Amino acid sequence: MPNLDHPAYPADDLFHLESLVPCRESQVSMLLSIFGERQQFSFPSIFIYGHTSSGKTYVMQTLLTTLQLPHVFVNCVEYFTSRLLLEEILIQLQNRSPGTEQTSPVHCDTLNDFVRLFKQAVASQKLQDETLYIVLDRAEQLREMEANILPAFLRLQELTDRNVTVVLLSEIVWELFRPNIGCFEPFTMYFPDYSIGHLQKILSQNHPPEYSADFYAAYINILLGVFYMVCRDLKELQHLAALNFAKYCEPVVRGEANERDTRKLWKNIEPHLKKAMQTVYLREISSSQWERLQHDGGEPGQLKGLSAHTHVELPYYSKFLLIAAYIASYNPVRTDKRFFLKHHGKIRKTNFMKKHEKTSNHLLGPKPFPLDRLLAILYSIVDNRVVPTANIFSQITSLVTLQLLSMVGQNDQLDGPRYKCTVSLDFIRAIARTVNFDIIKYLYDFL
Amino acid sequence: MSTCSVSKGCFVFKPSTKKRRLSEKTDHYFRSTSNDSEDTVLRFITCQSLWSQIKSETEQIQEDMNKQLLDNLVSFLSRSHSDFQEKTTEWTSRMKFREIPTAALVLGVNVTDHDLTFRGLSDVLQNNITPYVALLEAKDCPGIKNLMQKLMGQLMNCDIDVDSLEDEDCVQVSQNKIRCSMPSLISWYESVTKKTDSETPSEKRNSSSRHWQSPPVVVVFKDMESFTTKVLQDFIVISSQHIHELPLVLIFGIATSPMIIHRLLPHSVSSLLCIELFQSLSCKEHLSTIIDKLLLTSHFPFKLGEKVLQVLINIFLYHDFSVQNFIKGFQLCIVEHFYSQPLSVLCCHLVDIKKRVYSLSHDQCENIRRLPSFRRYVEKQESGKQIELLTNDSFLKEETEKLLEDLHVYHENYVSILRCLHVFTSSLPKYPLGKQIRELHCACLENQVWETNEYESSLQLARMLNKTDLVTMLQQCVEILVSSSGKEFDKTVKHLKEFLTQFQNLEASEASQEQDVSVSSQKELQKKTDLYHLQKTLLELKESRRSKKLTKFEMLRFEVVDYIDRLVRKYLVPAGDRTLHEIVYFNAATVLRGHLNAAPRTALHTALNNPHWYLKAFSTVVTAAEEPNGDAASSDQVDDIIHARFIRAVSELELLGFIKPSKQKTDHVARLTWGGC
Repeated sequence: MPNLDHPAYPADDLFHLESLVPCRESQVSMLLSIFGERQQFSFPSIFIYGHTSSGKTYVMQTLLTTLQLPHVFVNCVEYFTSRLLLEEILIQLQNRSPGTEQTSPVHCDTLNDFVRLFKQAVASQKLQDETLYIVLDRAEQLREMEANILPAFLRLQELTDRNVTVVLLSEIVWELFRPNIGCFEPFTMYFPDYSIGHLQKILSQNHPPEYSADFYAAYINILLGVFYMVCRDLKELQHLAALNFAKYCEPVVRGEANERDTRKLWKNIEPHLKKAMQTVYLREISSSQWERLQHDGGEPGQLKGLSAHTHVELPYYSKFLLIAAYIASYNPVRTDKRFFLKHHGKIRKTNFMKKHEKTSNHLLGPKPFPLDRLLAILYSIVDNRVVPTANIFSQITSLVTLQLLSMVGQNDQLDGPRYKCTVSLDFIRAIARTVNFDIIKYLYDFL
Repeated sequence: MSTCSVSKGCFVFKPSTKKRRLSEKTDHYFRSTSNDSEDTVLRFITCQSLWSQIKSETEQIQEDMNKQLLDNLVSFLSRSHSDFQEKTTEWTSRMKFREIPTAALVLGVNVTDHDLTFRGLSDVLQNNITPYVALLEAKDCPGIKNLMQKLMGQLMNCDIDVDSLEDEDCVQVSQNKIRCSMPSLISWYESVTKKTDSETPSEKRNSSSRHWQSPPVVVVFKDMESFTTKVLQDFIVISSQHIHELPLVLIFGIATSPMIIHRLLPHSVSSLLCIELFQSLSCKEHLSTIIDKLLLTSHFPFKLGEKVLQVLINIFLYHDFSVQNFIKGFQLCIVEHFYSQPLSVLCCHLVDIKKRVYSLSHDQCENIRRLPSFRRYVEKQESGKQIELLTNDSFLKEETEKLLEDLHVYHENYVSILRCLHVFTSSLPKYPLGKQIRELHCACLENQVWETNEYESSLQLARMLNKTDLVTMLQQCVEILVSSSGKEFDKTVKHLKEFLTQFQNLEASEASQEQDVSVSSQKELQKKTDLYHLQKTLLELKESRRSKKLTKFEMLRFEVVDYIDRLVRKYLVPAGDRTLHEIVYFNAATVLRGHLNAAPRTALHTALNNPHWYLKAFSTVVTAAEEPNGDAASSDQVDDIIHARFIRAVSELELLGFIKPSKQKTDHVARLTWGGC
């Protein structure tokens, strides 16, 4: 085991740190060597990336707090404008030491102001001879702010002329950040995914006090066996482990098996976990509902998941409008004559269509169509006469608000509005069935 | 109130605050069109009071129907953050990820009705759970920034409302300065909850005792479908980071299906939520209840005719599924009826009829004589009475009162028998007379139901019902008739009960008889050996099976069905056949259709084809904002300036390409625009 070792920090702290960040020792020691001693200038900006829950945020936070390094930790999703972000950094900086708490509101609109105020804050907090770390979590959000924010943060050390290091945490690679005008290249560092062994080790660490570590480790083993294929998110796994542990313990509590009876315990828990994978994991039913089910000993079959309620009840003409929109979206305009005119004659599919139209329209996705075409198709597919009343038009609008249709290019006022149908084939078939309309006969792709 | 926009679209103008003046004006409109002898004021008052009764009734129905849903939601909310205060140190709760409790509220596609539900919801929440409820709409939140602004604005204001009004202004100012971020929201929440804790409740007791120490903050997304993915994702990610400090609960208002959650949110975000599903009652059931409580009752004197009801139901089923629109349509019917029918003054409760009939003027009596149904009635009377009815006002009044009372009784009986018939028809295979009672009602209103083919076939099917079904139906009918207000049904109930006892007595006797018949016939078969005789007996046997061999049960079944048939023929006479039905029934379907089914394209087409109408419409729109000054507006002459403006506007629109000349033989628009040249 590579023991963390650094002359600048006390060995006790390092040992404690190591116990807190299992399976990330090499990354931590790398970071420590980049950081150097407290007063030494470090690399101006560090870019850390890795998948969801590969411990980026956790490692950084633990490292900085355990070694008591001065730092500011900001989540860029939460502070969605540059002003909020800069102000938040300054506020955290001011409130670092509890004695000098200021409540005067900070106003910082531009980076120029920020640099000035930052220098003041550093002076007032007496941080001149220590490296200050600014950690920007979910740094990909920075790209959506003003163009100067990201480059400025990368060379903040130079701009402020203070001992500061900016750490960017992100789930995507640096190449997607690099602005096309170029910028200071940060030191990039990759946090690899936890392997199954790592996950096993980390998850087993927090065993409940009532049970032995081995017992819990065996449980984690079974859990990973079921879930590792679909989910490697540590947080999610931990959540699932906590949710289902009570069920695992059941035979032991009832006295039917002892803690070593792994086979019996496995038989008890395995189908349960599989069911959990189909329901709770997909958020088909909520975890509190799952717990209640477990508690009452009921079958999960009684509770219908979210996707069981796919049926949408629509007014009669709305159904036909949607069907007409679907036909208009997926049929080439030239075929309308063939489908909706009485004496259309015989048209062979092969020589009738141009070459590019031979590919399946369902693979290409819906195409926009004008309002008039929609209404024309509607009139020909509804049996009785439809009067184009305001009700019909308002129905189109309400279908748009329900996201069953979507409007395309609404800026054009002179032409009529154009729409696209966004529902799936299964959905439209279900709708068509309720009004006894055989939609397949009207779709060019299925001819 | 005007807009300078040239763009297409509807513009909504909220009514000004002068509500009181508005209602007086309506009164004035009622009066100005007809002369005083026709009781316009009384009609107006009757109309108002009737509508207010109906309105409160519908609100009550709405409340009752949503009660179940709201109760479920309230219990969900109250247990969602039950562990927030206790700060449990238990292992499972420490290990578990704190998800945001989320209620997915599936409300159906009738978006217009949702507002009412949400208003009820927020009232209930504020009364029972928490004062902190924010309702967000997608159109206000194009970005996460706007969402946070809106959210904080609503939350912080709702607290201020409790305090005195004076403070509001200064807080309003400072609110702009508050940073729109989660920490400021959290610090606000902490300060608010601390305040209610420390403040010994003297003035606020009732409000704080209903809520808990740290009430959850409820955020309602009214139209989930319209929110953009990014806004929702960002908000959920942000709030899940602060769920330990701020007990947040989300409510998603969903119009289509809960699958939309998965479509809008990726797994990484939806895994932050603890989603439970709540489903509101379907709007069709809602409509059935409304029809049941408003139309199929004798509480309200006003009734809808068949055509009108059909128009309203069609709009509901074919177009919008909106119960609110149905009620609005119903309201329009009431107003139209009282406005256009002078005799609607008699459309009142039974107790008032006598007084109103005797205070009718001579003109009104003439109005009665002009009613088609009354003329038909007169023709059937003997000649002496005919003369009396047509000349003697006081005799007419006596007769009218009697007829109106008859009409009232007819209606009470009608409803009860209709329900009985519905008990039968709603359990027949394929529902020849419709599954819902509203369909049956329409069929009975339209014409004599017993002459339709559907009725014939349902009677035939009823003759094939089995015994248990028949008995339960009869029992249901007895219940309906006993609980009904009609007085004539004592005999009917007795008759039905007799049938029931007969069915019970059958059981014992039937079994033995059945056996008898079959055994004897079999014996006869065995006796005959001659071929000719055998054939003859077999034929006889077949014949007898077809015609004669009715068991007692079958006989009884025929009797029951015949009895029901007799009831139907007696009581379910269509309302159009009743004398004086015009007073109570509103039948002007074409008027209603004209009001409700606007046809913009047709209207545009005709308007543009006739430039004079176009001009008139233009001048109406332009002068709409001004006070109508009586005679000047009504005259056909259009102001010269308006005329000039019109011509100019038309040519501009033509230049922009919004309209074009019709290229017909007389090119109206072109000629109008360029005059004679």
